[in-house]
Amino acid sequence: MSPRAALRLTHFGFTQVYDYVPGKSDWMAAGLPREGRSAQIPNAGDLARADVATCRYRSSATEALESMHANGVNFCVAVDRDSVVVGMVYRDEAQNADGRTVEEVMRRGPTTIRASEPLEPLTARMTRADVDAILVTTPEGRLLGLLDRHHAEAHIHPG
Amino acid sequence: VFERIERAEVQRLVEAGAQLVEVLPRGEYDHEHIAGARHIPLRELDARAPRELDRGELVIVYCHDFL
Repeated sequence: MSPRAALRLTHFGFTQVYDYVPGKSDWMAAGLPREGRSAQIPNAGDLARADVATCRYRSSATEALESMHANGVNFCVAVDRDSVVVGMVYRDEAQNADGRTVEEVMRRGPTTIRASEPLEPLTARMTRADVDAILVTTPEGRLLGLLDRHHAEAHIHPG
Repeated sequence: VFERIERAEVQRLVEAGAQLVEVLPRGEYDHEHIAGARHIPLRELDARAPRELDRGELVIVYCHDFL
């Protein structure tokens, strides 16, 4: 639809016309600002906590432990220089790393979801899979935050 | 002639004042749209675009996705 619109505009003499082909599904998946009725209903991106412990996957496992300690958690998300998620590191595994890098001890390819994910079906799937938290990323895999299932359920069913 | 554009460039150009237009039907726009986007459905574009959009400024159109 948008290519036809762009073509029509050029016929009307508009000379600087661009078509954002990935469109609003791409925009919403990246957790960018939205308006309209559905914007009143929180999605995964709205409730994801951005203050997640992270570490570079090329850094030492010791640095990963420091990140966990600073954030008071038992895991951290391994990312590349563009904040793209590449793995997860857990305290037990990092503590026995003996000078190895994060890349050598991390669990590769954690499950991620996009920011536009509706909460109710998502939390139902998480419950069935016995998953308490899940990473939220952009379509390119950049970390947006961590969604806690219980936090999400509290929003769906307040009180 | 028009060009395709990606998300990061859309953000940059909109911040610089580009006109962002959703061309889907009213119901889809009302349900959810990109913050700040104006709405001209495709079927009304011929009648409204020359009146409502500035030919001298950059225009970015979008719909739902590439499917």
